[in-house]
Amino acid sequence: MLYKIIKKWYSINIIGGKKMIKENTVVQIERVVLKSVERTGNLPDDTKRVPLKMKLKGRLVTKSNLGDYVKIVTQTNRIDEGYLIDVEPYFKHDYGHYVEVLDEVKDIILRENENSL
Amino acid sequence: MKKSYKDVMDRKSEIMKNALNLDYTKFEKEGIAFDYEYMMNYSGYTLDDVKKIQIENNIGNTPLIELKRITEYARKFSKKGYGARIFLKDEAANLSGSFKARRAAMSIHQAKKLGYKGVIAATSGNYGAAVAALAARAGLKCIIVQECFDSKEIEQPEITEKARACEAYGAEVMQLSVGPELFYQFLVLLEETGFFNASLYSPYCIMGIETLGYEIASEVKSKYGKFPEAVICTNAGGGNLTGTARGLIKAEAFDTKVIASSVDLTGLHMASDNDFNKKSFTTGHTGFGIPFSTFPDRSDVPRSAARPLRYMDKYVLVNQGSVFFITEALALLEGMERGPAGNTSLAAAFHLAQEMKEDEIIVVQETEYTGAGKHLNAQISFAIDRGIEVKVGNPLEEIPGKNIIFPTSGQYLKIKEISLNDLKKSYLKHYKGMDLLNTDYKYLSEELKCSEQLVKNIMEELNEE
Repeated sequence: MLYKIIKKWYSINIIGGKKMIKENTVVQIERVVLKSVERTGNLPDDTKRVPLKMKLKGRLVTKSNLGDYVKIVTQTNRIDEGYLIDVEPYFKHDYGHYVEVLDEVKDIILRENENSL
Repeated sequence: MKKSYKDVMDRKSEIMKNALNLDYTKFEKEGIAFDYEYMMNYSGYTLDDVKKIQIENNIGNTPLIELKRITEYARKFSKKGYGARIFLKDEAANLSGSFKARRAAMSIHQAKKLGYKGVIAATSGNYGAAVAALAARAGLKCIIVQECFDSKEIEQPEITEKARACEAYGAEVMQLSVGPELFYQFLVLLEETGFFNASLYSPYCIMGIETLGYEIASEVKSKYGKFPEAVICTNAGGGNLTGTARGLIKAEAFDTKVIASSVDLTGLHMASDNDFNKKSFTTGHTGFGIPFSTFPDRSDVPRSAARPLRYMDKYVLVNQGSVFFITEALALLEGMERGPAGNTSLAAAFHLAQEMKEDEIIVVQETEYTGAGKHLNAQISFAIDRGIEVKVGNPLEEIPGKNIIFPTSGQYLKIKEISLNDLKKSYLKHYKGMDLLNTDYKYLSEELKCSEQLVKNIMEELNEE
């Protein structure tokens, strides 16, 4: 974790008080694909009320700041664009926290099969 | 070229034709019908060709495992002489960890044969990882488009895990918020790149699953001297059941019953931003299973090769808590940590086996890998964090999106059966008020695996409503 923070700090140049992100850095962008008014008619209201958004990763084409509208080169060498939302993104999904009920279920299954085989 | 929603959707047929290099109009017949078998045979692949392609890619011939302790467990709750032997086809052993590799092998083979430089698939599930893995082997570029996060920017952890797997195989992953207009973005990418549409619903993709049904029938027959009495398939888009059933028929297992099973998510809207993260299952559920059974051509190709009502003998539902319960049992009693989504049909088989004789065989035809985000602990803890109540109780009282109820005993793991006639009626609603030709009735009777007279009776009933 500490390594990641230091690495991220190094990839960010402090120029004129702004946090510049170097070109060629791996970043994540986000943009609106369809505004809420452009969405198709046959949607539930809660979905229609919000825009359709897209997120994508790639290498930054020119040095920029977080929040800038930027161009990236994607894994398949396409150019795409959007607002820069993350620098050196990584996966954070895991196995979740402790779940009491799963231990109860385990006990039920093991108890009901104690004498089998 | 204009890229507005309307402009792109107006070019849909042309984009699709270029991205599949398959002209579906040649399969169309007079009236509402099309020639399904002609479409399936048109690709020119035989079952042996499919086997060969899959073997070259280290896919298929997965272990068929007798679940002896789970069978014993089910027998504790059945009448004397009842409690069928439960077998499990361990499809997680395939490249990329699921049966979807069988489909992807065929999509990628076709893309390569036709000279495409890359492939795109619209999928949030295992198919994305399978396409990415097979594209990597073939040296093709790959883009996966997935529906991943809600308007609060919260990602469904199972879909995040699929993004990770796709990236591991070198694919580009485009993640979208909730909504069926994902299809629009998919078309934009197909047009921009000129890549192949690795649709889950192409004829060759479905042929890729025929080997699964064929392997089950032949292995059971050679070891036990008879075909299995039943094969149960987790049902979402319908391809799994369709391909498996076609494979069983090719192995001449004509009497084996083909049962569909889905997780019951009744009440949750699949296009709802609010409901998106209230589901603990991203596939194998009624939100796909029912609409794709009753209207197969809603898919991303003009005519879907996945047409489950042509083959289905029974359709049963299980609740989320019961699938999690059997996922625990599979790990605790058989030493197999899999799923959970792929265990939907195992949960149903546990109950159905109790109604079958003890010398009968029921085969659960898939497993899938598990991992961070996908694992049941990840999904249940995610649900708890979204305010969903999790408890042990009567699973039949589970309300999707409100609670998840685990059975207090294996005895109370129950199924709900859906009436196939109701599904047939929903299918036929699309033709309400139309003047149908005699050839249309013949087509519909094949589509719905019933007599022309039954089709006529249901149509009369619908037209009087």
